[in-house]
Amino acid sequence: MYKKVEQVDIAYLSSLFDEKYFFAGDNIPEDYSKDELGTLVKKPDILIFVRSAEEISSVMQYANIHKIPVVVRGSGTGLVGGCVALEGGIVLCTSKMNRIIELDENNMTLTVEPGVLLFEIYQYVESRGYFYAPDPGEKTATIGGNISTNAGGMRAVKYGTTRDWIVGLEVVLPTGEIEQFGKKVVKDSTGFSLKNLIIGSEGTLAIITKAILKIMPKPKETLSLLVPFKTREEAIDAVPKIIKAQLNTTAIEFFERNTILLSEEFLSKKFPEKRSDAYILLTFEGHNKNELKFNYESAAELCIRELNAIDAFIVDTDDRKDSVWKARGAFLEAIKSSTVEMDECDVVVPRSEVSNYIKFTYELQEKYNIRIPSFGHAGDGNLHIYICRDNYSKEEYNKILQKVFDEMYEKAIKVGGLVSGEHGIGYAKKGYMKNQLGDTQIALMNGIKKVFDPNNILNPGKVCQ
Amino acid sequence: MNICVCIKQVPASSNVKINPDTGTLVRDGNNTKMNPYDLYAIELALKIKEMKESNVKALTMGPPAATSILEEAIWMGCDDGYLLTDRKFAGADVVATAYTISQGIKYMGKFDLVVCGKQTTDGDTAQVGAELAHFLGIPYVCYVDQVLEVKENSIVVRCNLDKTYETLEVEFPCLITVEKSNDTPRLPSYKRSVQYSDHQMHTITFSKLFDTDESRYGLKGSPTQVERMFNPIKDDRKVMLDDEVDSYAKQLKDILKDRKYI
Repeated sequence: MYKKVEQVDIAYLSSLFDEKYFFAGDNIPEDYSKDELGTLVKKPDILIFVRSAEEISSVMQYANIHKIPVVVRGSGTGLVGGCVALEGGIVLCTSKMNRIIELDENNMTLTVEPGVLLFEIYQYVESRGYFYAPDPGEKTATIGGNISTNAGGMRAVKYGTTRDWIVGLEVVLPTGEIEQFGKKVVKDSTGFSLKNLIIGSEGTLAIITKAILKIMPKPKETLSLLVPFKTREEAIDAVPKIIKAQLNTTAIEFFERNTILLSEEFLSKKFPEKRSDAYILLTFEGHNKNELKFNYESAAELCIRELNAIDAFIVDTDDRKDSVWKARGAFLEAIKSSTVEMDECDVVVPRSEVSNYIKFTYELQEKYNIRIPSFGHAGDGNLHIYICRDNYSKEEYNKILQKVFDEMYEKAIKVGGLVSGEHGIGYAKKGYMKNQLGDTQIALMNGIKKVFDPNNILNPGKVCQ
Repeated sequence: MNICVCIKQVPASSNVKINPDTGTLVRDGNNTKMNPYDLYAIELALKIKEMKESNVKALTMGPPAATSILEEAIWMGCDDGYLLTDRKFAGADVVATAYTISQGIKYMGKFDLVVCGKQTTDGDTAQVGAELAHFLGIPYVCYVDQVLEVKENSIVVRCNLDKTYETLEVEFPCLITVEKSNDTPRLPSYKRSVQYSDHQMHTITFSKLFDTDESRYGLKGSPTQVERMFNPIKDDRKVMLDDEVDSYAKQLKDILKDRKYI
């Protein structure tokens, strides 16, 4: 049992902070009770905008002694309720820890505080000729949040996920100790990788206070091809063949005309091409124009000659990239605004199974008579599937949702996939993860959790609990 | 019907160097693009083609490297491309440019409709379209953002006058200049790029024009005197709101009101 926050706790903790960074009770804005999942709401007793590892350490020491639960959050853009303070207690918001500390051009690293937003990292490194490869859709998420969920994004096909781009972390442990996991090194065989335990642990093991990111020279040339197909089956069936052809693609995205129309409505901006039912969007990079041309022409030839594509439209200039990728980036919000309520499934399946899995979601759509739009990173097997409530009553929707989810996760597991590709487990997907991983693996996770956090005060009730 | 779309190659970046001695833009041949307004002009011409059978020809005036935007126009759906190029055309201001293009169009044949972008992003004068219509002796309509109807002898267009829309009907032959609109220009097609890979663009040089009076072309035909050109002062100041979360909205409202956005 946790200690209920009392006036004495508020008095002590508030004495450590400037009043403009400390909120308690009714003064806490509603936004800090939830994330983008929306349906899981719980107000913390205390909200603190922390500004340093030392501040966090002082809070953790107090909370650990008094057994007060602590939840960390950044921008609150998570989709699984991961930063909701289920047990009340303290929420530490890292959004004010938003300094870019160091660009190390000799070691090709960027050291940042956890509250730096993803788009700020891109702006900073790209204006200096560098590149941070992970490309999750939500650019206003904090890097701390990205690391906590091991966010992926569209360029994962070529560059992997956030995990592959973190070389070091400074963290505050639940007991208040400040530790450094990993260094600015390329190799590391020095014992267990504690850094990698923190990545993807969704704020349950420690609080990230500094991150050393790996960067690389910015690719000189990029271009996308928007490839239309007559039917969604043809588009989906093309994906594994494009992967197999090893065309050196940075991203392979699948979406349908219906989703394009929703994004047009949402953005009030027309998409440059929507005459076909389904599309694959491919991205290429090159060190020079000739290399780029060779890569994209090979892909276009394959798509048109062998995979029945209608054409391959060239997305080359900044304006064209903007018109296509802005729409792609708005798909989630566009689907959200098209219905009263929705829930999402972020499964990842082996790439060879992508087309079969997408087809399966259409079968579910028919079977349960509910709208299930989807789009996703077809190239890395990570799909974003949305179950829209539309005209169903809340009760009816919940019943159908449960059945649809059960079938979807069962199918994902059956074909060798996993519950979450990049959004994390948080609160919303716990049951499905437990079902998949089984007692032994969950016990291992809880054992690790206990070593880091003996009093279970850090983000309790999440992920494996 | 026959449609001519006038397009131009412009610097791809807004960070353009200016030669302090000549007052002209230092053009980097590797970093160019089609004028963004011209993409909308092509889109509108191709929409008309979808409404009524048409032949759409793209015309550009510039150095031989500008052929690449004619290719792009064809990949987007235009039927043919014409390059108006000659050393004698160099240094042209809006008057000489419009006159040269008018001569080029006369060489190309008869057109029911000439379509231009509202302006280019390098010169930004927005005068060439109107002056071209003058030299061709045809009526023109500016700020067009939509074609509402294509009739036998006329076209009905919508003009975006910022706060109001104006619907106008104008008889062929005529010229329209096109504003950016919600109709995002279509993308170039790889299939067309292959289909037209051997296609030769037409080149129109000075000697082919009807009027060969050199005083009408290039620097000699340009009454404009540029006194000075300079890069605009960049203002990228940032305003950070105070830490009082609950007053963010008020602070933002005050800033927007102060700058007359609301």
